Amino acid sequence: MTLLLDVTDVSKRFGGVQALENVGLQVPRGSIVGLIGPNGAGKTTFFNVITGLYPADAGMFLFDGVAYSPESVANVTKAGLARTFQNIRLFGGMTVLENVMVGCHCRSKASLLGAIFRFPSTKREERAIREKSRALLTYVGLREYADMQARNLSYGHQRRLEIARALATEPKLLALDEPAAGMNATEKLDLRELLLRIRADGTTILLIEHDVSLVMGICDNLTVLDYGKVIATGKPADVRSHPEVIRAYLGQGAV
Amino acid sequence: MLNRFSQIHRSTYLWLGVIALVLLPWVVGASGGNYWVRVLDFALLYIVLALGLNVVVGFAGLLDLGYIAFYALGAYSYALLASPHLPQHFESIAAALPAGMHFSAWFAAIFAIILAALFGIILGLPTLQLRGDYLAIVTLGFGEIIRIFMNNLDRPLNLTNGPKGITAIDPIQLFGINFAKTLDLGFMKMPGLYLVFYLFTSLAIGVAIVCLHLQDSRIGRAWVAIREDEIAAKAMGINTRNMKLMAFAIGASFAGVAGVLFSAFQGFVSPESFTLWESIVVLAMVVLGGIGHIPGVILGAILLAVFPEVLRGVAEPVQNFLFGHVIVDVEVIRQLIYGLALILVMLYRPGGIWQKRSAS
Repeated sequence: MTLLLDVTDVSKRFGGVQALENVGLQVPRGSIVGLIGPNGAGKTTFFNVITGLYPADAGMFLFDGVAYSPESVANVTKAGLARTFQNIRLFGGMTVLENVMVGCHCRSKASLLGAIFRFPSTKREERAIREKSRALLTYVGLREYADMQARNLSYGHQRRLEIARALATEPKLLALDEPAAGMNATEKLDLRELLLRIRADGTTILLIEHDVSLVMGICDNLTVLDYGKVIATGKPADVRSHPEVIRAYLGQGAV
Repeated sequence: MLNRFSQIHRSTYLWLGVIALVLLPWVVGASGGNYWVRVLDFALLYIVLALGLNVVVGFAGLLDLGYIAFYALGAYSYALLASPHLPQHFESIAAALPAGMHFSAWFAAIFAIILAALFGIILGLPTLQLRGDYLAIVTLGFGEIIRIFMNNLDRPLNLTNGPKGITAIDPIQLFGINFAKTLDLGFMKMPGLYLVFYLFTSLAIGVAIVCLHLQDSRIGRAWVAIREDEIAAKAMGINTRNMKLMAFAIGASFAGVAGVLFSAFQGFVSPESFTLWESIVVLAMVVLGGIGHIPGVILGAILLAVFPEVLRGVAEPVQNFLFGHVIVDVEVIRQLIYGLALILVMLYRPGGIWQKRSAS
């Protein structure tokens, strides 16, 4: 399997805190890779660095075999790496459908003049955007909420909408920051099923998650972060019994 | 079947609306005189201004308190391009143009669109990182700078004639019609003020359609996304810098066109017409009417443009009748009521008088 994302030696410092130190992460094409670690380990910082939200102090970034420098979030998304946010960031005042339609922005090209004069090509594109967005809502199971304002959705549905919106950017790699946070058991089961379906349909997934059963259940590979360093990488079963991981999660005495 | 029905209804309403608009100046003129037709004409310019500001503030969520500067740029563009001012003060121009400076309103409008859009980008570029109150302060400063420039550019070179303003500006002439004169159609005579009404109405409708089209487009959605959450908008692959600059440029260009028509209509411009107060009035139209909602913005513009004139006609006679003399100046009452209206709307209908149905 070839690597879709290959990131090595990423470092990031915030003032006196070394948030990331020589962190590396490999995501094989077609897999689900989990990034786990205790609170404050640097998972979200790492996410923000590879998606261009924070500039990295150092690091090598390869996406789909091409070197990229994550400096602009928009360009990273255009390259095919879409993300969701730990603290949900929907466009609350827009409808559910419009949220997904915004996701189609970087794969459509109507110009200012096209928007104003509505050329036949613009109308066609607009129709395609609408159809694609409706299809994506059906895909994540939110079809009946299409005309609802996004901020009125339930928590679990908001998470799903974020995923649909990210899928609308047609990513090769979908990076999810704690998608199961705050979900109840049924919602987690549904989420798991959705993630497996997304992978089966050809999108690679990078997952930050606290929920151990979800991570252990669906990830092909795990990378464990603690205090900004990678302490273990491997199959879920190997990582689970790794002494460093047990120490990080359960404390020194547990080993 | 149902669809067909509603379509018939829609076209009926459309025709009724067109007929009402065609008759409006005649009805108003017959019942209130030319003064009120003039008020309507100005209200239409305010609609264009409010729609333009709505692109910036309502769609993209960028608080702009210096918007009137773009109106000023448009107004002075036409004033300089179509008045004796420049030839009078610059011999070289007088020599180059023996027939005088009389560029057409078409040319001036295109010139003003480009100039205002350019200044919109000039204002947008350094303020890309700013939001909310910080952006408001910078744009306020920008508006004041433009006005102060117009006020002081009479020395050493007399470009704007300073506080005295520019006079003798050519009236609007389009399609071979002079909009300052009564047009004799043979079977009827149409006063210039009515012609201006039709011209401004067409412009306002055109601008409203452009706004509606933009709103339901990839670009309009990107603006709203930036307003709702800029980081998430970036994560959708939206080039937020370009989109913000585009919002500034488009909003500014509407004001530029409105400015050209304003100076041609008045025949006179001076910096006094472009004070901070004017920026605030246009913003109040957007906010009061229904921020981000095009019909609401139009309503807000009409209300706030017509209301002071109604007040002017009512406040003094009522006070004279009640107290025998005028106690409170009309201008003071106007500001009082504006303030009160804004407070009440913000308290009870934060989305504006006519807000989007889904906004709750």
